[in-house]
Amino acid sequence: MANNNAQPKKAGIAGLFRHQIMIPIAALMLLVLFNLIADPSFFKITLGNNSDGNPVLNGYLITIIDSGSELAILALGMTLVTAASGGQDISVGAGIAIAGSVLLRVLCGTETSPETLHAPVIVAFLVSCLVAMLFGAFNGSLVAFFKIQPMIATLILFTAGRSIAAWINNNQLPNVNEPSFSYYGTYIPGIPIPTPFFIALACFLVTWLLLRFTTLGLYVQSVGINEKTSRLNGLNPELIKLLTYILLGLCVAIAALIKVSRLQTINYSVIAKDIEMDAILAVALGGNALGGGKFSMSSSILGAYVIQFLTTTLYKFQVKADALPAYKAVVVIILVVMSAPAVREKLSMLIKKLRSEKPAAQNS
Amino acid sequence: MSIVKRRSGELKAPTKMTDTNLLTMITICVFVAMYIFAVLFLKKGFLKPQTFFNILNANAALIILACGMSLVMITGGIDISVGGVTALVSMSCAVYLDHKGGSLPMAILMAVGIGLAFGIVQGYLVAYLEIQPFIVTLAGMFFARGATTIVYNKPFNVANEDFVKLKATRILIPYMGTYNKRGKYIPAYIEIGVIVAIALAILLFVLLKWAKPGRNFYAVGGNRQSALMLGVNVKRTIFFSHLICGLMAGIGGFVYFMHVGSGSPQHASGAEMNAIASSIIGGTMLTGGVGNIIGTVFGVLSLALIQNIVSSAGLDDAWWTGITVAGMLCIFLVVQSIIIARRKKANAAAAKQ
Amino acid sequence: MQKDSLLEMRGIYKTFPGVKALQNVDFTLKEGEIHALMGENGAGKSTLIKVLTGVHVKDGGEIFVRGRENAVHINSPKQAQALGISTVYQEISLCPNLSVAENIFLARGKGIGVNWRNMNKKADELLKELGINVRGSQQLASCSIAVQQMVAIARAVDMECQVLILDEPTSSLDESEVAKLFVLMRKLKERGVGIIFVTHFLDQVYEVCDKITVLRDGKLVGEYEIEKLPRLQLVSKMLGKELDDMADIKNDSPTFKKTDDKPVYEGEGLCSSEGISPFDFKIHKGEINGFTGLLGSGRSECVRTIFGADKVTGGSVKIDGEPVKITKPRQAMKYGIAYLPEDRKRDGIVGDLSVKDNIILALQIKTGFFRPISKAKALEYANKYIDLLDIKTASVNTPIKSLSGGNQQKVILARWLLTEPKYLILDEPTRGIDVGTKVDIQKLMLKLASEGMSVTFISSETDEMLRTCSRLLVMRDRKLVGELTGDQLNQNTIMATIAGGDTNGEQ
Repeated sequence: MANNNAQPKKAGIAGLFRHQIMIPIAALMLLVLFNLIADPSFFKITLGNNSDGNPVLNGYLITIIDSGSELAILALGMTLVTAASGGQDISVGAGIAIAGSVLLRVLCGTETSPETLHAPVIVAFLVSCLVAMLFGAFNGSLVAFFKIQPMIATLILFTAGRSIAAWINNNQLPNVNEPSFSYYGTYIPGIPIPTPFFIALACFLVTWLLLRFTTLGLYVQSVGINEKTSRLNGLNPELIKLLTYILLGLCVAIAALIKVSRLQTINYSVIAKDIEMDAILAVALGGNALGGGKFSMSSSILGAYVIQFLTTTLYKFQVKADALPAYKAVVVIILVVMSAPAVREKLSMLIKKLRSEKPAAQNS
Repeated sequence: MSIVKRRSGELKAPTKMTDTNLLTMITICVFVAMYIFAVLFLKKGFLKPQTFFNILNANAALIILACGMSLVMITGGIDISVGGVTALVSMSCAVYLDHKGGSLPMAILMAVGIGLAFGIVQGYLVAYLEIQPFIVTLAGMFFARGATTIVYNKPFNVANEDFVKLKATRILIPYMGTYNKRGKYIPAYIEIGVIVAIALAILLFVLLKWAKPGRNFYAVGGNRQSALMLGVNVKRTIFFSHLICGLMAGIGGFVYFMHVGSGSPQHASGAEMNAIASSIIGGTMLTGGVGNIIGTVFGVLSLALIQNIVSSAGLDDAWWTGITVAGMLCIFLVVQSIIIARRKKANAAAAKQ
Repeated sequence: MQKDSLLEMRGIYKTFPGVKALQNVDFTLKEGEIHALMGENGAGKSTLIKVLTGVHVKDGGEIFVRGRENAVHINSPKQAQALGISTVYQEISLCPNLSVAENIFLARGKGIGVNWRNMNKKADELLKELGINVRGSQQLASCSIAVQQMVAIARAVDMECQVLILDEPTSSLDESEVAKLFVLMRKLKERGVGIIFVTHFLDQVYEVCDKITVLRDGKLVGEYEIEKLPRLQLVSKMLGKELDDMADIKNDSPTFKKTDDKPVYEGEGLCSSEGISPFDFKIHKGEINGFTGLLGSGRSECVRTIFGADKVTGGSVKIDGEPVKITKPRQAMKYGIAYLPEDRKRDGIVGDLSVKDNIILALQIKTGFFRPISKAKALEYANKYIDLLDIKTASVNTPIKSLSGGNQQKVILARWLLTEPKYLILDEPTRGIDVGTKVDIQKLMLKLASEGMSVTFISSETDEMLRTCSRLLVMRDRKLVGELTGDQLNQNTIMATIAGGDTNGEQ
């Protein structure tokens, strides 16, 4: 087809408006607007003291950047996995349970509530990273080498993960008494901004560096769009896919550290429940095609915070935690319907029609 | 052509088994092998027909859900809302029967209605607005789960008389009973849900095998673009696949409700994953175009059987169930992927000739 | 509508965002006529066909079909089928997971039941009648591409269509299969079926067609009787310019003088998992040689083995006389080999990526993971090759999939030229692209060779190869059966070598 000049030049502000980041931005605007009208106090941030007497910032916005951290970190890995393999990893919640369980196993040994830690946190964290990346590699090799659809391949760990987590600690729920362990999930004394936010920022920075100073982005996208071509151009698509799953494993371990640190313990069946759904939604809300290919990392990150914004807004309006998904679903459907190409086309046709009818009416 | 002929002689055309049939065969063989294994080595009553019937009784709802799921997967989609719909149906019916004093027929109608509503909305969004099925049904699942707790947020048993009577109805199977130690005859039985499940499975099987609309599901799953070019109404086919799946979820929800006799927000948690796993073990490919209802039914039974075997073997800890199911899924997926890869290679070689 | 017309399209308009694909196009098809629809890529042939078959809905104009009083509106493929318009597309549009019989009878007929036995029987009869060597019950995916194509035609034939559209049906058939197809087409013609034949092969047009309609840039150029439009005029009408360009390429056999004793590439006993017999191959600096043979004779597999695109199962390789190992594309790239694959859509383009990213892809992979090409540099490279190869694209950021076939091919060529290869393999670079680009690519090849690059060229059109190659390697039945140089380079010798000694086997 002669589509040579089909694509009008995208540039400047017009280009930004066509960029996929507009989808999460629009969603964010809607949420902000809604809260502004409903209750402007939503945006109030106050400085208070927590139970240990340390200064902390309070407010819904702080809650969002605090509890959205794990989601945003997961969204990083999920975006890469989605782009490279054209599918999603639904085992991240179970993965967090496993990584968290390993973390506690190393920290507490076999005791349920040890007086002193058995190993430094950093060692425990590295071990849990390793384990999470191994599980990521397991998922990745099923996807890359056995060519199993990602959702299905990760269904295995989704089903077994929480059982494995329980098995690692022999179904015990170890408790960490060391106060410094809680720093990762709550506040470092003297700093009023929650630590997870800093961890998330560090992750963003590392990701940015990775995308800026390596060719990961190009490789992942070309593997996601056309595997055969990528191979003929000297890439190893299997390896790239495997790599994205291992990177997601790393993200899972970091999220697990935050989650476990918040609670100082673990609950295998509840920890990070449904977070895989939120992470996938974050990627989708970021305007990334769930079928793989091109991606925008910043859109995914923003998408994650929009999801958290939505959650927090709903909590504020006294929606019970159990009922939360219903409201979330409605919002998600509205967003997705609005951004569906088919709907957009129809809308633009409608607008065109209205416009063309007006002059016609004036003429007659 | 002359070259091809010289190479391979006269009319070769080996009528190979289709992908669908091959995968179904594997599943059935594995099921039979596992059952024989259980009979030989575990002995804990696997020889009794009732053990098998109990598996059926406990999994009638899952069979219905998995059949609907297979249909959607054959067209190349997925529906992960079925577990949520099941919970919503159970809870709604429970509340309607006990708290609102509703009648049983109306409750059944309501169950079907809820399923149908999910099917229609999701089908419309997927087929006509072309939104990815995963996202649509993910939202559907969220919505159903949330709505369940909005309807009522605590588990409770239903006391409605008609319902209790219906729930307790057992269909006795002649000649299959056993004698207990004191020589008393214990008849074998199945629940009504099993009849419903088998009827629906047969209905769907016939639809998929011997009805033109049924073949359209395969065509759309095999190659959407081609199906369109061949004159199949692709959008309508996809819409109907979701509609039927929703309907099955509604009916399956009621069958589940009949089996457990209670409403709870925790009901059927993970049922969507079990349904997907059963379909896959039964030989349905998530890529679409390949699958078979018989395989799916055996997929459900295999899944249930392995859980039974594991607990009979003394591995009672809760986590073993999860791990074995996952292990089984893993093995099946790997075996399938190897078979498909080999086939592809053989086909590619054929195509090159 | 005229009496003997089957189909009349009047003043058809179709616009896509940013493109006027069809403007005021007329087209008439008479009873028992084979009518070629010609034009460069992007001329609007495909759009016209898609409008006719209901894949696209026209924006303006009228379509008349025999048997209908009024102008018809075709909104879906099904409607087109109901009007007796059947299509066989360039890319096989059948369902690989279904049986051959199902593919023939899908979405057809009354009633809702499927009678498998009856259907298979009917399919077998039909296939036998048309001389297609396959059973109805066989799964389509296990048939060769050529057979799949024939099945698609069988379906159309069985639909009792009055208008049969063949959209590049011959691009994946070998000569004897093409001949068979032509027999079939003539048979249908006698029955009074009108056939619209879209192809890039000029020979085929002059062999079977009665009339030619030429489109250019979405507009009608004209409708001609075949006898009244000689080849050169047809080409010039398609291109819209007089054709001295073609004359630029020398017609005498190219000769090649070795400048260096060591071959750039030398392989011995090469074979791959795709089942070709072990073959030896070498190429010198500045040489252009080519693999020829029928489709499926193994010519593509040979070059794929050289590049390591398929799994290499044996053989030894020397680059500039040094023994090396090449089993993966990455290794081949390291030694300065570049490969433009046969199937552009499947193996060549990365559809959603921009033209720029597509151009730098191979070079980027060659430079390595930790050394990304800077944005400025990438832009510079892209613009350089867009100018050099005259790639028609709105911008460097346009996704490659929205370019026309010829321009996509140029982008992939640019990608490989950017890696500055010593040895360039071009597998069917001219397939399915317009005449102008074909000439451009041939000229470029000669220029590159004169600058010292070695080139291996594969094309289905023998005259293209004769114009450029100084040595031809002939393949038959996945075996290297001959090597032709100098005076041997003519159509007759090539045909004889391809056919081989025992022509008795031919049927």
